[in-house]
Amino acid sequence: MAVQIEFLKRLPYFAGLEAPVLESVRRYVFEKKADRGETLAFEGEPADVLYFVFSGVVKVFKTSADGKEQIFHIIRPGESFNDVPVLGGGVNPVSAEAMSTLLLNGIKKKDLETIVRENPQVAMNVIQVLSRRVQELIALVEDFSFRHVTSRVAKMLLEYADHRAGEGPRLTQQEMAAMIGTAREMVGRSLKNLENEGTIKMERNRIIIADQQALKHLAGVE
Amino acid sequence: MKEMPEIDQEKCQGCGLCVDICTCGALALQDKTVVLQDSDKCGWCTLCELVCPYGAISCPFEIVIE
Repeated sequence: MAVQIEFLKRLPYFAGLEAPVLESVRRYVFEKKADRGETLAFEGEPADVLYFVFSGVVKVFKTSADGKEQIFHIIRPGESFNDVPVLGGGVNPVSAEAMSTLLLNGIKKKDLETIVRENPQVAMNVIQVLSRRVQELIALVEDFSFRHVTSRVAKMLLEYADHRAGEGPRLTQQEMAAMIGTAREMVGRSLKNLENEGTIKMERNRIIIADQQALKHLAGVE
Repeated sequence: MKEMPEIDQEKCQGCGLCVDICTCGALALQDKTVVLQDSDKCGWCTLCELVCPYGAISCPFEIVIE
């Protein structure tokens, strides 16, 4: 499948660009496929390509010396990863792994720099993308500092819930724990508590949010 | 077809811990490899994922709003 202008137009990086500019951007963009479990970026290694997720889900994470994983972000269609090393230089501060079959659109660092130099609008867009990243990281620190585990689980469930089945990312309890900075057992216990309270229902491989309002109250996001 | 736990055969070392702990009887060890022998029996208790020392089994959940 060829790189689509319609997709590029919806990306925060290229928002507000005129059609001829988008067309010139498209010439630099290439496609890449990956399977579930494939590592796409290694922590501590330089990165030369900025990726946009066209379809599928990617996890961005760090691993401690004793093997504990902290997930920073789940990248969904229309979002990007490798931004920090590509824009700032240096090595990748995080790793990235495909959580499903993936189709990516990639752009090389030198090509992105050419586009940024020629189009001030893209430079403004990049500033906005990075500002949002900072806000997300502040929210993560806030969660770790001020929320108890059940509250973090509630917030994570709301964030990754979809109205229709089969559309959102599918998460293991280990991945949920790595996302909210706790142990897997704590996630299991919190889910059980939420189920006992009637806030959620566990149906085999599906977590159903039964009382969205109560969950919002617990998450402190009303 | 029922969704089943996902087994990464490259990571699986055939230790059989997951088979031992599976209370549903859905898993079996065949030629030092874990296989799903009966999908109807799997109750998604996720114990297999919990005990696997190699991270070879995953039981992912989808999250939906009622």
